[in-house]
Amino acid sequence: MLTLLFDGVAYGMLLFVLAVGLAVTLGLMNFINLAHGAFAMAGGYVTVLLMNRLGVPFLVCLPIAFVATALLGAVLERTLYRPMYARPHLDQVLFSIGLVFMAVTGVDYVVGSMQQNIHLPAWLQGRLPIEAVGIGKYRLFIIVTCALLTIALQWILSRTRFGSRLRASVDDPRVAGGLGLDVNRIFLATFAVGSGLAGLGGALGAEVLGLDPTFPLKFMIYFLIVVSVGGTTTITGPLLAALLLGIADVAGKYYVPKLGAFIVYTVMIAILLWRPQGLFGRVAAR
Amino acid sequence: MSATSDAATAAVATPSARPASPAALALARAARWRWWEIALFAALPLSWLLLPSQSLLLNEIAIVALFAVSLDLILGYAGIVSLGHAAFFGFGAYTAALFAKDVMPDPLVGLVVAVAASALLGLATSALILRGSDLTRLMVTLGVASILYELANKLDWLTGGADGLQGVAMGPLTVPGTSLAGFAFDLSGRTAYAYSLVVLALVLVLARRLVHSPFGVSLQALRDNRLRTASIGISTSLRLVVVYTIAAAIAGAAGALLAQTTGFASLDVFDFHRSAEVLLVLVVGGTGYLYGGIFGAIVFKLLHDLIAAWTPQYWNFWLGLFLVVLVLVGRDRFVRPWTWFGSGRAAR
Repeated sequence: MLTLLFDGVAYGMLLFVLAVGLAVTLGLMNFINLAHGAFAMAGGYVTVLLMNRLGVPFLVCLPIAFVATALLGAVLERTLYRPMYARPHLDQVLFSIGLVFMAVTGVDYVVGSMQQNIHLPAWLQGRLPIEAVGIGKYRLFIIVTCALLTIALQWILSRTRFGSRLRASVDDPRVAGGLGLDVNRIFLATFAVGSGLAGLGGALGAEVLGLDPTFPLKFMIYFLIVVSVGGTTTITGPLLAALLLGIADVAGKYYVPKLGAFIVYTVMIAILLWRPQGLFGRVAAR
Repeated sequence: MSATSDAATAAVATPSARPASPAALALARAARWRWWEIALFAALPLSWLLLPSQSLLLNEIAIVALFAVSLDLILGYAGIVSLGHAAFFGFGAYTAALFAKDVMPDPLVGLVVAVAASALLGLATSALILRGSDLTRLMVTLGVASILYELANKLDWLTGGADGLQGVAMGPLTVPGTSLAGFAFDLSGRTAYAYSLVVLALVLVLARRLVHSPFGVSLQALRDNRLRTASIGISTSLRLVVVYTIAAAIAGAAGALLAQTTGFASLDVFDFHRSAEVLLVLVVGGTGYLYGGIFGAIVFKLLHDLIAAWTPQYWNFWLGLFLVVLVLVGRDRFVRPWTWFGSGRAAR
């Protein structure tokens, strides 16, 4: 029971790190980016290829995955995403679906369609020697890492100058721009960090979630659930939604495996019917 | 919006001595058959006569076109972005296949049953799309399709699970009210294509009447500005429910045609790819004038055949690239190549 809860929390934390970039993209520019999972997949593949082909240690791979996907995100934001912000949602959806299809088949072509495995270092394998609660060491590592990241994010958002600029731009981009903030640059930085976090999440989650070329399609709906249920105006909303989703999914798959992902979708629809803005969202100002 | 300006010109052009109201005249004028519409309807039976060896491909095109027309009703006319339209397509396909397998193999009865079932499903889920933003609607429609996918996957005693529903034997197609022997579905796909064509043409005529009716015009009004439409006393929710149900029924008909003419229904019909593809088909052909689905389906299927023959495994890459380029160039500009090299603003 506690093990389930623990695994669920680990899963949820992972989902949060994966999806938080999406929440910012959506909240800041009102852009529906279905291709967010592609960045996570990129991070996962960077890690797998570095570890398995070049023998880079796992802990070194994580920052590399972050930086590589952040760069990728920045380049794509600058070249492809920016013209899309002012377009209708239909265009954005089509555009990002196109990116997903390209990413899926591109990776399939370059790396191959088989599932990739990560060989964790020995000190992350196995379980902690506590009898009552089976705590996997790697799960604990995920939780600690993601919790640290969350605290850092929360600190950046609420305490730093960049954070207050970002919040101002989220609240009202036009007024923020009028006050002399370079909204475009803020968004570029945020998009890069969000993509980087997704890449880091993909690297961390390659072991837990599995990594193959269909990753962006498989988890697209999960990221979107986190964001739409959690709302995009705070960082705690998506966090709570991700934890809820993680625990519900792990518990659901354990207790009623027949139903599978059925419960998650039903709960999502129910919540969105009840509160279209998300559980923790405010009614958007615009 | 164009209806109001038409109404205004009609009011100027026709003095008040005429009994019909200007709005009714404008509606009637918009509903007149254009020459290219007549040409299109004439081309449908001609394609059956002139291309007998391509019937299988043409049948696929007709089904995709029908599916895209149903999406056009909600996307092009009512402005609802749906990522889960395959839910109704798949529901119609499974209903038709199950009906043929377990109840009776007559295709026409099966089609009616599948359409009715899909319409019921559309009615039941239409409440979900009334609230929230575009994102909420995307999520909810995607969620409905995912739930149905999971259901079809898990209820393997009924649907065959991941293997699909195999061994669906269709009876011959009989003309109602006659005692003729009927036409059997054969391997060449001639009967199948004729069947799909008739359904497509019927749906087109009905949908044409629908979108040129006052109801259709009010749909476009609420697409353009829902708040304003509601404030002049038009019930937007009711209209959305009705059009969503109709679109679901048509999508179900397309699914049923697929299941009946191929004798097979698999999980693929609920897949996310279906919903994304039909969006692409419709967008390629153009939204909001009813025939976009047909042109889109022709272009899409021919491209598919061409690229898949060249690189079958990576066809999705080119599909994705096509989508990205299409949106970057601009959907409305894509079909007008002469605007590509002018300044961006002039085209709008």
